[in-house]
Amino acid sequence: MTVLAVAEHRRGELRPVSLELLSAGGELADAIGGDLHVAVVSGDVERYADQLNREGVDTVHTVADGEEFNHDRYVQAVTRLAETVEPTALIAPDTVNGLDYAPAVAERLDAPLLTDAIDLDYDDCLTVTRERYEGKVETTIDVDAQQTVLTVRPGVWPRADGSGDAEITTLDAAIDESAVRSDVTGYQEIGGEVDVAEADVLVAVGRGIESEENLDIVRDLADALDATIAASRPVIDNGWLPADRQVGQSGKTVSPELYVAVGISGTVQHVSGVRAETFIAINDDPNAPIFEAADYGVVDDLFEVVPVLTDQLS
Amino acid sequence: MKILVPITEAATVDTVFEIDGLDIDDRYLSTDLNEWDAYALEEAVQLVEAEGGEVVTVTIGPDDVEETIRQALAKGADRAIRVWDDQLAALSVLDPVTKSAVLEAVVDEEQPDLVFTGVQSADDSFGATGVALASRLDWAWGTVVNDLRLDSTVAHVTRELEGNLEELTDVQRPAVLTIQTGINEPRFASLRDITRAQQADITLESFAGLDLDADAVVSSIERTSLYEPDSDGEATIFEGDPDETAAELAAVVAESGVTQ
Repeated sequence: MTVLAVAEHRRGELRPVSLELLSAGGELADAIGGDLHVAVVSGDVERYADQLNREGVDTVHTVADGEEFNHDRYVQAVTRLAETVEPTALIAPDTVNGLDYAPAVAERLDAPLLTDAIDLDYDDCLTVTRERYEGKVETTIDVDAQQTVLTVRPGVWPRADGSGDAEITTLDAAIDESAVRSDVTGYQEIGGEVDVAEADVLVAVGRGIESEENLDIVRDLADALDATIAASRPVIDNGWLPADRQVGQSGKTVSPELYVAVGISGTVQHVSGVRAETFIAINDDPNAPIFEAADYGVVDDLFEVVPVLTDQLS
Repeated sequence: MKILVPITEAATVDTVFEIDGLDIDDRYLSTDLNEWDAYALEEAVQLVEAEGGEVVTVTIGPDDVEETIRQALAKGADRAIRVWDDQLAALSVLDPVTKSAVLEAVVDEEQPDLVFTGVQSADDSFGATGVALASRLDWAWGTVVNDLRLDSTVAHVTRELEGNLEELTDVQRPAVLTIQTGINEPRFASLRDITRAQQADITLESFAGLDLDADAVVSSIERTSLYEPDSDGEATIFEGDPDETAAELAAVVAESGVTQ
């Protein structure tokens, strides 16, 4: 009975979610009464293996193959690892790239797949907790299978620390090149004139603003606060503000002194990018998940509250 | 060029709701064309408008999803397929493994050149059906695509990674591409399009018609509970009219020290 966690790295750095996987995997391995194995594929695997050798890790498997993530190569390497280690649970991060290979590994292993897990438990069978309806409810799902492929939500488990004494092994990638049908040709950064990550005060606007014309009331509030304007995804998708204003998983992670969220529902993709000292939310839905993330809130029509707040601050 | 676009109906929950067993009571759910799928559909329709061909949608669901299917027809799909079967109705979770098994059978029958899915559904948010389908078909794939250029053998895609970073990837065709919101501007249907869509035929497929074995959807997962999460991290909520709540917020702002 083993748990196999697959680390993630990008452009020469292990991503922090990899250390969270060790915590998630370690907890599950304890519940199962088994070992925790960790795998790292591509890049500087020896350096990554050292960084992954934390308390509770029994074995680190390294697969040297190229530099960067390619899903076709990962699918082959991780499937081979799973056939070798035979884990009860294979855990990948619920990230853009985790979701780019985990479903295919599950298909090849003929294993069930559950993504975006926020809790894992094992008591006779694996129980996975997920959210539904944008976080309004949680649901538990029992899995009846020899092997399960899971992706776990970033930011839920703590980063593992402490140094470990794991055995470090190497596995030959033995990639079938004829089955590699995608080629990563480069990266590009979305830049812009504004770096929202640098701002001390942010007024962030979401779908609740309803139209581009209505942005003026948010601009007025930002002026009164000497704040920078940021946005959640729908505002960017609609072209109302440029992409450099986006806060959240796809955009920037921000840590301002004050964050005022106006008309933002608070999806995990958005709030995972906010680490504010003081976090205020204004939204007319009392069940909006933004109120879980915020310190202070007003449940009311933003078109009523925001102009009054601007007046009071001016 | 034929592009198959799986369309999901996504549900959103009313402000106040009740839970009925293992789901939210129907009375508190409103359904709509899944946001991501609207972008996938628009991308397919624009390509077919430019190069000729056909956009076919496929939706897994009971007959009450037809209203959502007609939205897709009004927004430019040429033809729609709906798949439903008692085997599916009996499942507690319609998960990506099951959905991809059904979609594989539809691809086998329709033989499209490309499949465009949304990155995820807004309600269940598994985010895995596209890759699961590609793997079953033994096709190439590209996920979270926010820019796309096709040539005869390769799809040149831009993938949206985290942290304002994009990956440029060449994907061999045929391929399943999962489309991210913001890639285009989904059109609004005209009244004429809506009227036409109301009269369109929707092809109904069952497992028998698709040569699908009942074993194809034997699921090893089962939903066991559904509940409102603990709200221990909740914000201090200020009550009152806008003058009162704004005053409370202004005091919080002053307390934070940013206006000094």
